[in-house]
Amino acid sequence: MTGNPFLQALAWLAEAAHWSGPSGIPMRTLEHLGYTALGVFVAALIAVPLGLLVGHTGVGKSVAIASAGAARALPTLGLVTLFALLLGIGLTAPLLAFVVLAVPSLLAGAYSAVESADPATVDAARAQGMTEWQILTKVEIPLGVPLIVGGFRGATVQVVATAMLAAYVGNGGLGRYIFLGLTSQDYPQMIAGSLLVIALALLLDLALLLLQRVTAPRGAKTA
Amino acid sequence: MRIHSSRRHLLGAIGIGGVALGAAACGASDPFEEGGDTGGEGGSGSDGGAADSGTVVVGSQAYYSNEIIAELFAQSLEAAGLTVDRQYQIGQREVYMPELENGALDVLPEYTGNLLQHYDSEATSASPEEIHTAADEALPDGLRLLPFADATDQDSYTTTAAFAEANSLTTIADLAGVEEDLKIAANSEFEVRPYGPEGVKEVYGVDVTVVPVEDGGGPLTVQALTDGDVQLADLYTSDPAIVANDLVPLEDPESLILPQNVVPVVSEKVDADAEAAITAVIEALSADDLIELNRQSVEEQSSSADIATAWLAEKGLV
Repeated sequence: MTGNPFLQALAWLAEAAHWSGPSGIPMRTLEHLGYTALGVFVAALIAVPLGLLVGHTGVGKSVAIASAGAARALPTLGLVTLFALLLGIGLTAPLLAFVVLAVPSLLAGAYSAVESADPATVDAARAQGMTEWQILTKVEIPLGVPLIVGGFRGATVQVVATAMLAAYVGNGGLGRYIFLGLTSQDYPQMIAGSLLVIALALLLDLALLLLQRVTAPRGAKTA
Repeated sequence: MRIHSSRRHLLGAIGIGGVALGAAACGASDPFEEGGDTGGEGGSGSDGGAADSGTVVVGSQAYYSNEIIAELFAQSLEAAGLTVDRQYQIGQREVYMPELENGALDVLPEYTGNLLQHYDSEATSASPEEIHTAADEALPDGLRLLPFADATDQDSYTTTAAFAEANSLTTIADLAGVEEDLKIAANSEFEVRPYGPEGVKEVYGVDVTVVPVEDGGGPLTVQALTDGDVQLADLYTSDPAIVANDLVPLEDPESLILPQNVVPVVSEKVDADAEAAITAVIEALSADDLIELNRQSVEEQSSSADIATAWLAEKGLV
């Protein structure tokens, strides 16, 4: 085990045997993406409606901002351990921790999307006789879509970079390479796992950035 | 105790500097003083340091259980009329073995298998006696092992009492007769260890799948077993959680797992009197004793000194 561990990590990635089977890179990457998607999806079910409501009505604004800020400070490994002690090993514990991780970005995105709509435009919509629901769905949300997508972007990048922790409590994902490499002093494998997570995070960030650009309504002021 | 232990790991991690720091904090009688000035490597010889010739220096690893054993030795030596200087919580083998070699430490509790592998990374498992002999031979000149204790602190295939009873399990070999697919909760390194799935298949003909739980035999690993997510867990045999949760470490008649019996490493300064005092502790220290000593530390937060005093009195050694 001599030589540059980064070059050895690249050699590890290039080995054909690591690209097949249930513990191969394609399968582990799919698991990793699955955990990420599930975590962000569940978080979105909670955070996006809540953010839109807070943004539209202004009710509970300070509470939402404060609790989202506090949630950002929670250490995810601590949450995984805590939830696993309460719920046992398996996917539920890390998934809950990923939801807690993803909610603040999504909430902030949804909330600021609605709030950033030009008050004059909203007033005009109201003057034309639109209901509050119509104002939200036909004016505020379409104008704020890039910010909502921005919330998804932040949440996704955070969760995909943290989803390795699923492997801490008996699941799959790219974390398996990182933990196995770490505990058995197989550092090329550990670095290879890390490189895969980094690549995945960068790809998702880029994809959601493009989506953010594409969804920007024509002629709208950028916030 | 747990909070302390993380701080102690940190101390261990910073290596030689940590030793110098920790030793300096222990006051005037500092055998590392000379070594510390030269980066800890400049051996001062068996006559060096602040310790005078009548003092036996007892060290311990940065591991709470190891410190308790060191304290047993220390109090037993004191009861025999010797002067003892305690230098506990000295990081890892890479740090304290040189200190033993250069005479700054005289006694330290070790574990036979890990000590052997420190000097011979290719060493394979064998009986406790063979590992003890091999480790003694591997030690550098000037150091030797005293006899080993019945107490061990090693990896294990541990199951619940209920599962052991339902399937009539006593040894790892009995697992071969179990119908269901066997899963073991362990750190992921277990997968590639000689005593992992490949080894147990080869030696005992048993198929197990590893469910990686990365807390090193901690509460999550124990819980995976007690919840029934897995039928087996890799726990350290001296872990108080084994008794607390009514768990059964399966016996390993073929020595698949490297034995880790508690054994004192001693320098030439340990004479017949000192040797007798230490050996008396070793002869009395059973596997259950070590678990009980650890339990008092983990669950009752007792200090190693109090735990050692009570145990030595109970065994009639002081």
